Amino acid sequence: MATTRPIRVLVAKPGLDGHDRGAKVIARALRDAGMEVIYTGIRQTPEMIVEAAIQEDVDAILLSILSGAHMALFPRIMELLKQNGVTDVLVAAGGILPDEDIPAIKAMGIKGCFGPGTPIEQIIQFVRENIHPERLQVEV
Amino acid sequence: MQNQHRNLIERLLSGDRRALARMVTLIENEVPGTRDSLAELHRHAGRAHIIGITGAPGVGKSTLVTQLTREFRRRERRVAVIAVDPTSPFSGGALLGDRIRMMELAGDPGVFIRSMASRGSLGGLSAATRDVVRAMDAAGYDPILIETVGTGQAEVEIMRAAHSVMVVCAPGLGDEVQALKAGILEIADLFVVSKKDKPGANQTAAELAMLLSLAPERRTAAWRIPIVLTSALKGEGIDQLVDALERHRHFLQESGLLQQRAQRQIRSEIEALILQKVLQHLGEEISPDEWQRLLSEISERARDPYSVARELEERLGLVR
Repeated sequence: MATTRPIRVLVAKPGLDGHDRGAKVIARALRDAGMEVIYTGIRQTPEMIVEAAIQEDVDAILLSILSGAHMALFPRIMELLKQNGVTDVLVAAGGILPDEDIPAIKAMGIKGCFGPGTPIEQIIQFVRENIHPERLQVEV
Repeated sequence: MQNQHRNLIERLLSGDRRALARMVTLIENEVPGTRDSLAELHRHAGRAHIIGITGAPGVGKSTLVTQLTREFRRRERRVAVIAVDPTSPFSGGALLGDRIRMMELAGDPGVFIRSMASRGSLGGLSAATRDVVRAMDAAGYDPILIETVGTGQAEVEIMRAAHSVMVVCAPGLGDEVQALKAGILEIADLFVVSKKDKPGANQTAAELAMLLSLAPERRTAAWRIPIVLTSALKGEGIDQLVDALERHRHFLQESGLLQQRAQRQIRSEIEALILQKVLQHLGEEISPDEWQRLLSEISERARDPYSVARELEERLGLVR
């Protein structure tokens, strides 16, 4: 049935840092929670991430970043999503995100920010509860 | 047909990638009304060369698909890729990681990649694969590359979805080549020995050649199954492989086999649709309580599966 389909999530690492252990742990945990997780690997440009999100028609994009370049990369990703008319996808971020940046990140339309030590259950629940409700109806 | 579907189809046919992506989602989830859209898409499909890539886990299927796509792009073709990965039988979730190795293709508007979870299907594909191919075909992609789940000996479903089946072997699996004699080896139209920069590649190719020399003549008389050695690391053998695929496509067209294969595939699709309908009727006819009663009677040996099946066939109107 359309309403019980698996949630599809893109886990992506924008920017130049090569540490993806956290992203992999999250990807694995979401899979174990019954989601279909597309993992793109490290060193993704905003263009690559948005294109993958479009082709895979995902419900959520989780961005993992440790390099400190989030204030440069996140706005570009959100802008590209908007340009391509992708407005019904949940975007959340994790990694090293200083507290003082979080209001600005949320203002971009990134709904969740998860720093080190966040229980994985909390992230799973956040994704489940914040998927755009119309998406799970899979209407045209 | 609903107006929304009509609109989506028009966008898809005009090359809108988001429309194609959404159509794939509708197909995968069997959203009501999608079959009408597929019927419409069928009229626009039938132009693409559908290529299956199969082989054991770790032989380099994703890497090869990336290289093939790049070579087809060099030849100015628009390429679609379906990459199937297994669904966990326990959680129902899936980790779809083929894009990691296809990274260099990201950002090319002439390439459309979709990862699919197998969702309980056991043949190396997902149940929706053929319908997704239809949508990509109608959207103008040619060729369409289908990368199966890493397969063992029996996952031969790809032969019911592709025109040309490529079986990929890696060096150092010599004994396994022997073990593959039946099943997956028999469905190959082309063999690829990947990682030819590694020791043992020539030996693997020689073993495959020997196996082929033992194959029945009907398999090899008209089409001599090529064995192509490739190295993704050094970028070698890929243009020869694409040449071989083009030759196979030409051979299928000239010999009439293309139409024959396509028709056989469509017949199996129709059979699957009918089977699905029968199972749906069965679900509506028999309540869970009645199932439980029947199953209890059978396990207590008061009844047997055969007479119960017969009774249900009658109730479904399947017996004249």
